[in-house]
Amino acid sequence: MAECGASGSGSSGDSLDKSITLPPDEIFRNLENAKRFAIDIGGSLTKLAYYSTVQHKVAKVRSFDHSGKDTERDHEPPYEISVQEEITARLHFIKFENTYIEACLDFIKDHLVNTETKVIQATGGGAYKFKDLIEEKLRLNPWCSGWHFLFRNIPHEAFVYQKDSDPEFRFQTNHPHIFPYLLVNIGSGVSIVKVETEDRFEWVGGSSIGGGTFWGLGALLTKTKKFDELLHLASRGQHSNVDMLVRDVYGGAHQTLGLSGNLIASSFGKSATADQEFSKEDMAKSLLHMISNDIGQLACLHARLHSLDRVYFGGFFIRGHPVTMRTITYSINFFSKGEVQALFLRHEGYLGAIGAFLKGAEQDNPNQYSWGENYAGSSGLMSTSPELGPAQRARSGTFDLLEMDRLERPLVNLPLLLDPPSYVPDTVDLTDDALARKYWLTCFEEALDGVVKRAVASQPDSVDAAERAEKFRQKYWNKLQTLRQQPFAYGTLTVRSLLDTREHCLNEFNFPDPYSKVKQRENGVALRCFPGVVRSLDTLGWEERQLALVKGLLAGNVFDWGAKAVSEPWLVDSYSEWLQRLKGPPHKCALIFADNSGIDIILGVFPFVRELLLRGTEVILACNSGPALNDVTHGESLIVAERIAGMDPVVHSALREERLLLVQTGSSSPCLDLSRLDKGLAALVRERGADLVVIEGMGRAVHTNYHAALCCESLKLAVIKNAWLAERLGGRLFSVIFKYEVPAE
Amino acid sequence: MLKLVGGGGGQDWACSVAGTSLGGEEAAFEVARPGDRGKAGGGSPGWGCAGIPDSEPWAGVLQAGVVGPARWGQGAEEVGESAGGGEERRVRHPQAPALRLPNRKPQGGSGEIKTPENDLQRGRLSRGPRAAPPAPGMGDRGGQPERSAPHSPGAPVGTSAAAVNGLLHNGFHPPPVQPPLVCSRGPVGGNDAVPQRLPLLPELQPQPLLPQHDSPAKKCRLRRRMDSGRKNRPPFPWFGMDIGGTLVKLVYFEPKDITAEEEQEEVENLKSIRKYLTSNTAYGKTGIRDVHLELKNLTMCGRKGNLHFIRFPSCAMHRFIQMGSEKNFSSLHTTLCATGGGAFKFEEDFRMIADLQLHKLDELDCLIQGLLYVDSVGFNGKPECYYFENPTNPELCQKKPYCLDNPYPMLLVNMGSGVSILAVYSKDNYKRVTGTSLGGGTFLGLCCLLTGCETFEEALEMAAKGDSTNVDKLVKDIYGGDYERFGLQGSAVASSFGNMMSKEKRDSISKEDLARATLVTITNNIGSIARMCALNENIDRVVFVGNFLRINMVSMKLLAYAMDFWSKGQLKALFLEHEGYFGAVGALLELFKMTDDK
Repeated sequence: MAECGASGSGSSGDSLDKSITLPPDEIFRNLENAKRFAIDIGGSLTKLAYYSTVQHKVAKVRSFDHSGKDTERDHEPPYEISVQEEITARLHFIKFENTYIEACLDFIKDHLVNTETKVIQATGGGAYKFKDLIEEKLRLNPWCSGWHFLFRNIPHEAFVYQKDSDPEFRFQTNHPHIFPYLLVNIGSGVSIVKVETEDRFEWVGGSSIGGGTFWGLGALLTKTKKFDELLHLASRGQHSNVDMLVRDVYGGAHQTLGLSGNLIASSFGKSATADQEFSKEDMAKSLLHMISNDIGQLACLHARLHSLDRVYFGGFFIRGHPVTMRTITYSINFFSKGEVQALFLRHEGYLGAIGAFLKGAEQDNPNQYSWGENYAGSSGLMSTSPELGPAQRARSGTFDLLEMDRLERPLVNLPLLLDPPSYVPDTVDLTDDALARKYWLTCFEEALDGVVKRAVASQPDSVDAAERAEKFRQKYWNKLQTLRQQPFAYGTLTVRSLLDTREHCLNEFNFPDPYSKVKQRENGVALRCFPGVVRSLDTLGWEERQLALVKGLLAGNVFDWGAKAVSEPWLVDSYSEWLQRLKGPPHKCALIFADNSGIDIILGVFPFVRELLLRGTEVILACNSGPALNDVTHGESLIVAERIAGMDPVVHSALREERLLLVQTGSSSPCLDLSRLDKGLAALVRERGADLVVIEGMGRAVHTNYHAALCCESLKLAVIKNAWLAERLGGRLFSVIFKYEVPAE
Repeated sequence: MLKLVGGGGGQDWACSVAGTSLGGEEAAFEVARPGDRGKAGGGSPGWGCAGIPDSEPWAGVLQAGVVGPARWGQGAEEVGESAGGGEERRVRHPQAPALRLPNRKPQGGSGEIKTPENDLQRGRLSRGPRAAPPAPGMGDRGGQPERSAPHSPGAPVGTSAAAVNGLLHNGFHPPPVQPPLVCSRGPVGGNDAVPQRLPLLPELQPQPLLPQHDSPAKKCRLRRRMDSGRKNRPPFPWFGMDIGGTLVKLVYFEPKDITAEEEQEEVENLKSIRKYLTSNTAYGKTGIRDVHLELKNLTMCGRKGNLHFIRFPSCAMHRFIQMGSEKNFSSLHTTLCATGGGAFKFEEDFRMIADLQLHKLDELDCLIQGLLYVDSVGFNGKPECYYFENPTNPELCQKKPYCLDNPYPMLLVNMGSGVSILAVYSKDNYKRVTGTSLGGGTFLGLCCLLTGCETFEEALEMAAKGDSTNVDKLVKDIYGGDYERFGLQGSAVASSFGNMMSKEKRDSISKEDLARATLVTITNNIGSIARMCALNENIDRVVFVGNFLRINMVSMKLLAYAMDFWSKGQLKALFLEHEGYFGAVGALLELFKMTDDK
């Protein structure tokens, strides 16, 4: 059954505290631009969803109009950079205790500029009390559509919880074969739903023993009013003082019988006496076990009846509470003998609100777009967990936030992935690898000063750049500290997620592209060198040239770290296989993921592209849609290509004949997730029949995709620009990775 | 007439033996109320219940008995510990591997007393583990302050007097010698370890019968004389025992075809047991004979007689063992067939204190064999099994006999303190499907915490008067009407105790409402799990047994309703008159089988 409140919003008996001050900067961001609005008032928590637009600065590049002017003056930049305001769409989800509901609603009322344009919806049993807000009564539908929305847009949404392992949270990579599954929503009562497809699901059962039973019975037994406090009591209790265990019934003989003496024979079996006082903690613990076990057992019975092996749990009983996740997981393992997996969702608490919101958004449906979690604006898993001490809580700890940015273009899998369900972009899971986590977190902390400086320097004309950069520093620093404590906060922690988080934070404070000037300068320099480099390459013999081209790719890749020379011998070296391959027939079409601006793209990638073109291979050159570090953006690549075409007939004709295509990846990350690529790119790859994928750079070929298996030939090139990583991989700083792979037939 | 003996508050089995012999006073059904305790027991909780510290000796007729307490682990516990417990193991009777305890190696025989008697017993009963770790709490018994008090200061004088008077006519021959001022006997072989908390009046002290301490050979001779008539029959008395987590169930076969000669030969000891058990309906404060369940004119193992059904709380187990010791039960050389967890828990005590070797039996085997047997003999000419006609219509719902002649397959739901669910395919082919820790013990435990009640009867009485809809949140409370989409009725419970999330509602409900809600919650949950198991196992008959159903019409009708409603008439809920006694009957049947085997 749906989550619901007892009576009124303050069902735990708390009076509303109207005097609280909200931290509006942090929690109701962009409210004035809110286009649509949904509210879901539950038994204890209120969930708010709104769709808003965000105006932020974007760095754009534009060619100078050179007509009628002296061309190619050495000191002139190759193109101009302009910062423009851009409007993008963002989904905001906020979750807070009902205690704040009035203050929040007042705040919202005051800040909604144009109320007629807003649609207010509500789901959840508790919403019944707010009749005027109600539109949607059934929670199930929203829950499912909310989950499927997140499933499509947040790669590590689901996780299993393992109490005694490190990490406790193990995220599952979303893959297409999610259906069918069992959904168990533990609100006041329990609803058990079999989900067969995105829009086909069936209520198969339920139970009245749920979160409301824990709360209600717990309140009676312990005189503790709040749900969280009850959980807190439970986490400190000893249930064996209250429960009759197998060992109480069997005495010591349970061991000889092969029974586990700790199993509960009868919940509350010891409390059938008037003589004894039982501690609140013990009773709460016993109650928690009783209810968790019961729900787990029923879920297993249903899973078995429908032959399902995955059960997703939701509802306020679960919502981010390790105590309940632990007992439910235990119960599922116990009753299914490990055959059924209990899964939880990072944003479970929002699903109803998201679903309701999606339902109301018939036009401009968010499902038409791809969305990305904004790490800067989202508070992360467990940010409001009662188990965390106040020190670990964020300042606005009672307000849990999720923000999702609408991406310009829909994202899909690269069609060339060998097995999309098993593709994991990241090479090292930092949630899993404590040593690596420690290293990288420190590494990012230490690099923070440099990033701040760079950000300030990128906006010399801005008066508040230093101030914003400081805010950025604070935000990112806090994120890093959160991740030290809770590496699971944003799904699987990886170098990629750390990099992406930094980009999101920079954007948050209007530093859309701190490297724009650097890239502009480097591109200018490299462009001037291009003719000379091509000329000298052309003088080489074929075999020499192939090696020189590869070295150019690698050398260009280290410019940003000022590397002088790569380390010999190459750490991973399948060059001779590659050379052998080049002696064979040309590839039909190569898909190249470029890395850095400047030398890398202009003197490394373009000569390589030129060689492929000359061999009769078509080339799709994929660059980032948005800026990230000094990576070349699609916009920059267009200008660079245009300038090179002006100098080089091969590139010129290839561009004109569309044998060289420049596309965007759909990403703004220094890393590469081949399961979330621009739909247009994917279509082009299919259309042109790409049979070679070249991935270059540490972010794309080492931090990610090092183990990616493709169904065509691939070339992964990088120079390890990090001593620690080099050592991990068994090499030295500036070790070369040259990984040429041919899929097994 | 007063029947309370001694100061111990009457939970003391041994002293009650004397007291109740005055004539099976009806009042024996009365359970000491908390308020009485001061008077009767001198405020000395705990004694007599060694091994279960702080448990309530007066819990008295604690009925929610466990026939089958958790076995392979219903109700998961200790999160974090690996989920063991192969639950769905198919057990083939009688070779149930892990259950055949007699084959188990003893854990340690340190406590065993070397006596010729023991050796003899061992020869005969060697199938049982010889020693088990001492039952917890054995050592705790020492510290009871009242141990030396002949009777509690607060014990009503009249009671004692009556008991004294009654003693000499109690059917047990007065001991030839009255040892002066002996409060009690220690356990056999024990001395200081078990300082007595038996506040028996000196006159009440059972005395050792001298011949029983004679040589084994002599014992055997004696035994043969009082044999049950045939060599391959076990000697009298015939008992079957099921020691659950809450309640001990005891069945006793009273031979009615005793010839005069037999009667004459019957040792006093045996005779007094027979007379005592059959002429009383209550034993002490806590022992109850369910007279209405008595099976009359039964032929068992070639003898005609009546089968009696007796129960007492498991916490009185030590009293019971003590009595066995005092009555020198071991001299009768009967085999005590016992099942239930307590058969293991108390095995050591039986041997150490009463010199009795238990024949331990698998409780699920016993349950099924006992059930099939009782159903086959019928209930004094009436059928044992029944169901409820029109379960969904409260007006028309009524009890109807059901013929269980062809019972397979059946889903057997045994509701004691916890619940075990078995799928039974034939008399010796069954498997334990699952179990839940939310059972009769949970109902009573929660009721005690929520309402301050103390007994099952009290809890049920309150529940009968209450209204659970004040406590539970109904579908209509949430959605304001029928939850049509899922075919739920507005009156369905959405959240058990869900209304209790609100302080105002907490302040407005009665204890009766809480008791009712607890009963409904536990019952519906068992029904729900049973229904899912029936679906998974593809079985359409669900037989509910166990002492949770004793005097509990509310639960029976709820179960009947739930099975019918949720399955749209596909599932039938069946009930049996002897609810909680099948394990004990099964244990008794094993006694005969054992003898046959020889």
